[in-house]
Amino acid sequence: MASSDGATARADHQRSRGLAPFLRSQMRNIAPFLTLIFLSGFFAIASPSFATIDNVGNILTQVSVTGIIAVGLTFVILCAEIDLSIASIANVTGIAVAYFTLQESYVNIANVPMPGIVAILLALALCALLGLVNALGLTMIGIPSFIMTLAMMQIAAGVSALLVRGQIAYKVPPLITTLGSGSIGGIPWIVIVAAVMLLGGHLVLTYTRFGRYVYMVGGNREAAEFAGLNVKLILGSVMVISAVCSGIGGMLGVAHFGSAQQNEFDTYLLDSIAAVVVGGTSLFGGRGGIGNTIVGLFVLGVLNNGLDHVNIDSFLKILIRGLILLAALIINVYAQRLREQAAD
Amino acid sequence: MTQGRSAILELHQITKAFGGVEALRGVDFALHAGEIHGLVGENGAGKSTLMKIIAGVHPEFSGRFMLDGKETRFRSTRDAHAAGIGMVHQELSVAPDLTVAENVFLGNQPTNRLGFVQWRRMAREAGEQLARFGIDVDPMTRLGDLPIGLQQLIEIARVLFSGARIIILDEPTSALSPPEVERLFATLHKLRDEGTSIVFISHFIEDILRVSDVVTVFRNGRKIAETASADTTKGALIEAMIGRGGEALEHSYTDDLMLPQSSAGAAVLKVDQLSLRRSLQDVSFEARSGEVLGIYGFMGCGQLELSRILFGKLRPDGGTLAVDGAAKRFRSTAAARRAGVALVPESRRAMLFHQEPVYKNISISILERISALLLKPVRERAIAQRQVEQLQIRPPVVGLDLGMLSGGNQQKVALAKWLAYPPRVLVLCEPTRGMDVGAKNDVINIVRDLRAKGLAIIVLSTEPETVLSLADRILVLKRGAVVREFAGEAVSKDRLLEAA
Ligand SMILES: Nc1ncnc2c1ncn2[C@@H]1O[C@H](COP(=O)(O)OP(=O)(O)O)[C@@H](O)[C@H]1O
Ligand SMILES: [Mg+2]
Repeated sequence: MASSDGATARADHQRSRGLAPFLRSQMRNIAPFLTLIFLSGFFAIASPSFATIDNVGNILTQVSVTGIIAVGLTFVILCAEIDLSIASIANVTGIAVAYFTLQESYVNIANVPMPGIVAILLALALCALLGLVNALGLTMIGIPSFIMTLAMMQIAAGVSALLVRGQIAYKVPPLITTLGSGSIGGIPWIVIVAAVMLLGGHLVLTYTRFGRYVYMVGGNREAAEFAGLNVKLILGSVMVISAVCSGIGGMLGVAHFGSAQQNEFDTYLLDSIAAVVVGGTSLFGGRGGIGNTIVGLFVLGVLNNGLDHVNIDSFLKILIRGLILLAALIINVYAQRLREQAAD
Repeated sequence: MTQGRSAILELHQITKAFGGVEALRGVDFALHAGEIHGLVGENGAGKSTLMKIIAGVHPEFSGRFMLDGKETRFRSTRDAHAAGIGMVHQELSVAPDLTVAENVFLGNQPTNRLGFVQWRRMAREAGEQLARFGIDVDPMTRLGDLPIGLQQLIEIARVLFSGARIIILDEPTSALSPPEVERLFATLHKLRDEGTSIVFISHFIEDILRVSDVVTVFRNGRKIAETASADTTKGALIEAMIGRGGEALEHSYTDDLMLPQSSAGAAVLKVDQLSLRRSLQDVSFEARSGEVLGIYGFMGCGQLELSRILFGKLRPDGGTLAVDGAAKRFRSTAAARRAGVALVPESRRAMLFHQEPVYKNISISILERISALLLKPVRERAIAQRQVEQLQIRPPVVGLDLGMLSGGNQQKVALAKWLAYPPRVLVLCEPTRGMDVGAKNDVINIVRDLRAKGLAIIVLSTEPETVLSLADRILVLKRGAVVREFAGEAVSKDRLLEAA
């Protein structure tokens, strides 16, 4: 779970100072894990159909698109920034890949058919470009990421609207169809893609120089600048990474759902942010990582899926999700404070 | 002009301690109506503390406090405010996110009968007040968007025109330009002639002598002298401020010190005609290999900005900067680092990652060199370990979170980061501030070592002792301009203060 190679050494030392301070400093890692175990246990007892192999597969599939998007968002939140345009960029990228694919004659969209690979590359270029606009707004003009990506959310939604004009497209390139809705040896490709991307994100954050810089910029931006890091370049990079991850999630999502249309990904904004934050990655930057995001994804996945297995008012579900999110936020902020006290 | 009149404010035997530190020890102080009272003393002498007691910031103290002949005790700044006392604090205390007008009326915005703020009236009156003071800004701009000097002027204006009958100005001119200082003095004289009492604290002794009627000197929490301004001189005041011999625990640098005849190598960093709006004017100097260049000046003299320009964090409005003869325009701190310039800023918060282990704090400067893509933790730790041992950082555990080290050791880590790099030019801001004697000596030795290795070192400080203990050559910066260079000649604390 711990995010970095120094964690073991640090843990060793802190353990020698007593278990309580160690536990306190690790609260952001422990609390989400306990939540996951508690929720799984609860639903397993409450419903016989919950703890089955089939259902575990369901949960994995259900969190895959969120997981792909959350990889990039983890980078952004680690830098103490936010990206509100992830769902919109996922949507527009999914629509773009369909726009560049030949649709059936009854689909009333002025699409521009291209060979599959070209369509995919164009869609990827589009999301990277939108990420680049976010990056420039944030670093060159100095617009806070909250505002910049709020604007991008609208812009991406606008491009989506122009491309589909209220219609629905169904066809995407075969590669995307396979990755989004096919499976191999009983395992859905989309789960494999999500796992590979999460693993890749983890490796980058933990073992590369860039990953270290992300943690340093998030931990203390001023100190990073005074250490001679190119903070703007790092912040810009994470915005582009986030947009590209969203774009991939969007393309596979369209194949997974079987259609591309406006507002298809709206719920993924909150789900992705919730996954990262519930997992324990600090909203103040510098703490957490992909390990936390994975736990967060499972907490959300188990919660959403489990509530379907028990008999519960479907309107109450929304409230329960909100309360869980609030609890996670409280722990997130509280864990930060405990850590700061431990460091004093 | 104060003779005969009774004091409106009288303090007797004021003593105030913060924890174990005695900031004031048995101070008597009196302020008369229609008097400008100058206060001088070194940093830490207790001037601000006494003024904060008068302004109700510190309600806890011992001694008697008499206002208008009646024993009084303020419980808060609000009480002091109600009694007609206004203070401009040394640290800027404006609200940067509010407009200029809101700042001018902070706490007493004009409202209509329903309690709504009368924005138009407020903007107009604020604009008029500021114009009277020679400030021409749109009252509806966000204060934080204005330069620091202007923010300071606006804060001063707020207090001056608040109708207070006792006004305290704690080092108000540090960021002001000469014409602004002139306007301030004219206004102070006018207010005094109308009967207002003013306390004026400044490091600029000429200013104190010119503007005030009476001067009081503080040293080490005690009042040392009080004289009419007309009866004293700059030299006498400086001598009273720093004292002679006696109390010196450490080297007090009151005696002349010979700076070495130049034995330095080639110029590594060359700065020519550097200027930055309101902060620096035509600053030129060179830093040479194997030499420590000290830059001394009062708070707000432009040092901070200068150090930021050298490290690529601020871009100058004019002038050039060259490293090893090649002109540079740093577009980021990363560019400055690559060109061989390193900076240790004055605040530990700004220079280190408190939640990360020591070795990551040290290796951050060299990651680019030791790892192309993947990190090399073993090498990183080895390099950090070597630095930790060389600088005798305690405890010598590179895996420990930095926040668990003492302040002095943290400061050494900040140096270690650059020693591992190492740069061609090392800029140190206040390298020994807040350190105990032992840690100070360690830092001095580290800096001498680096000098022996041929680095060009620049030390910027507002403490004369720091500059005197480290530098081979000293520049004095005053209101953004280099006013004096000491090289190969005798220098002492009073000579520095005299020049600044
Ligand atoms: N709030 C505080 N807490 C602890 N120590 C303080 C505080 N304010 C001032 N001091 C200490 O009191 C002494 C006098 O400080 P100050 O009145 O600010 O001096 P001056 O204004 O003359 O430079 C210094 O040693 C300073 O460190
Ligand atoms: Mg002071």
